[in-house]
Amino acid sequence: MRSASRLSLNLARLVCAAAVAAAAAAPLLLSQNDVVLLTEFMSMLVLAIMWNLLAGYADIVTVGQHAFVGVGAYAFFGFTALAGLDPYLSIPLAGVAALAIAVPAMALVFRLRTAYLAIGTWVVAEVLMLIAGKLDAFGGGSGTSLPISIVLSFGRTRGDRLAVIYWLAFALAATAMLATYVLLRSRIGVGLTAMRDNEEGAAAVGVNITYARILCFLGTAPFLGMAGAIITLQKLRIAPPASFSITDWTVFVIFNVVIGGIGSFEGPIIGTIVYFVLRQYLSGLGPVHLILLGSFSIITILVERRGLWGLVRRMLDDDLLPIAHKPSPAFRASALLLRAARR
Amino acid sequence: MKAMLELAAVSRRFGGLTVIDRVDFSIGEGEIVGILGPNGAGKTTLFNMIAGVLSPSSGRILFGERDITGIRAWDRCRLGIGRTYQVPRPFTHMTVFENVLVAATHGAKLSLPRARVEAEAVLERVGLADRAMIPAGRLGLLDMKQLELAKAMAMRPRLLLLDEIAGGLTEAECEVLLGMIGEVHESGVTIVWIEHVIQALRRLVTRLAVLAGGSFIAAGKPYEVLADARVKAAYLGT
Repeated sequence: MRSASRLSLNLARLVCAAAVAAAAAAPLLLSQNDVVLLTEFMSMLVLAIMWNLLAGYADIVTVGQHAFVGVGAYAFFGFTALAGLDPYLSIPLAGVAALAIAVPAMALVFRLRTAYLAIGTWVVAEVLMLIAGKLDAFGGGSGTSLPISIVLSFGRTRGDRLAVIYWLAFALAATAMLATYVLLRSRIGVGLTAMRDNEEGAAAVGVNITYARILCFLGTAPFLGMAGAIITLQKLRIAPPASFSITDWTVFVIFNVVIGGIGSFEGPIIGTIVYFVLRQYLSGLGPVHLILLGSFSIITILVERRGLWGLVRRMLDDDLLPIAHKPSPAFRASALLLRAARR
Repeated sequence: MKAMLELAAVSRRFGGLTVIDRVDFSIGEGEIVGILGPNGAGKTTLFNMIAGVLSPSSGRILFGERDITGIRAWDRCRLGIGRTYQVPRPFTHMTVFENVLVAATHGAKLSLPRARVEAEAVLERVGLADRAMIPAGRLGLLDMKQLELAKAMAMRPRLLLLDEIAGGLTEAECEVLLGMIGEVHESGVTIVWIEHVIQALRRLVTRLAVLAGGSFIAAGKPYEVLADARVKAAYLGT
């Protein structure tokens, strides 16, 4: 049983590594339509990873995540189309802008907790969207398109452009994953994981809850902002309701994380994959597909609070990507002996 | 004896209900003080205020020379106040080893490599080494209580608050736990211990205090306190 589980775990890891390698080469392998879809997947993945970090670990259940996506989109447009900065440089700058907005937003919403915080984040997002609609240089309430010259700077032909934008999205998703992995493996991550399981217990053994929350809130903002920039590159335009879409950049993201498994590294990845697969096969059904998606997430949470990954994890010895810290091999060996002796 | 912890006129009210009423209490370095009291006497509330989970409605708490009344729970851990919970607060989906690692990295502020060594040592001391790789949620009650103790020890506290750690254990299990608490005390840790199991308490404590109706009604040598008429009336019901 143990060895069978270990074998399937290692097989799964191999499949994942192959999938990442294939994803890196996707524009060379797939049709343009598929590349567009996969770009969208990468942006959604970034959003899911960030929401999971906030809601799943730091207990910041935000429903205003779209605020930073929108700020990123508008900042990207402002930097490159209005200020004339390099389009590539404008992507990380969009992240910086999101961070700059996150600081005052945090000062506001961190006065609230739980459901009040959720509403607070939503209000902040709505306010930012309304402000965006008042900016005439950005097309006001109806938004505006990205100038052709900027679009062309990402590639002369449509194929080249799609490939470049895809690779940007892929790089962002890969960085998001790597950063999350490094964070969760660190000293701070050990505390965050403890917070996920029992917040009062974590505080009682010395985990600085406030610091962890601040770190997560400010750490996720630049990623959300850069995702906003990449989403703008894909849609080729900004508009308040689209760039600040609560449905696309918050609600679906929550569904994905809940389905995949909140509070795990694997959960948001699995959830985003499931979401795209369902959407591909069910979108022909129209709004019914959303009803199915909603029902699916409710059923998942009723069966296993920790989502699909929680369900699978019960049968496995370890995580796909081992984040947990383990004692030294010598300690484990002597512990095994001790255990055998007790039996 | 140098005071390690001092409560000065500490009160705590919940709405109109006064749970702790102007308590003055001092704990000396190296003591192991037992706190007895009927249910609802305010024992856990008192601990919550010392550990920083609740703040007092009025009064001051001093740790050593320092006023810690306004300091958050995690910072008190770092100053050297460790506590166990009556209802264990394990990190259920983390392994037993990782549970202790959290306390070593945060409570004792050790780097990860040093915390790993510390966690291994603590697990061996409390006899949980063979369960180190099990998720903490799957432990039985004794193991869970030992894990609470292990976490508190890994924080390297100077003052340890034990909240009904012997409750619900069999006599043999209790014996195991008493041995460990004795060892921790001998290593130089000051202990304050809330317990209903009087037999367990009187074996180890140097001083016994009885809390009833939100204030201390007696304190002193265990046999004296247990013989006190007011204590018998309030607590033992005889």
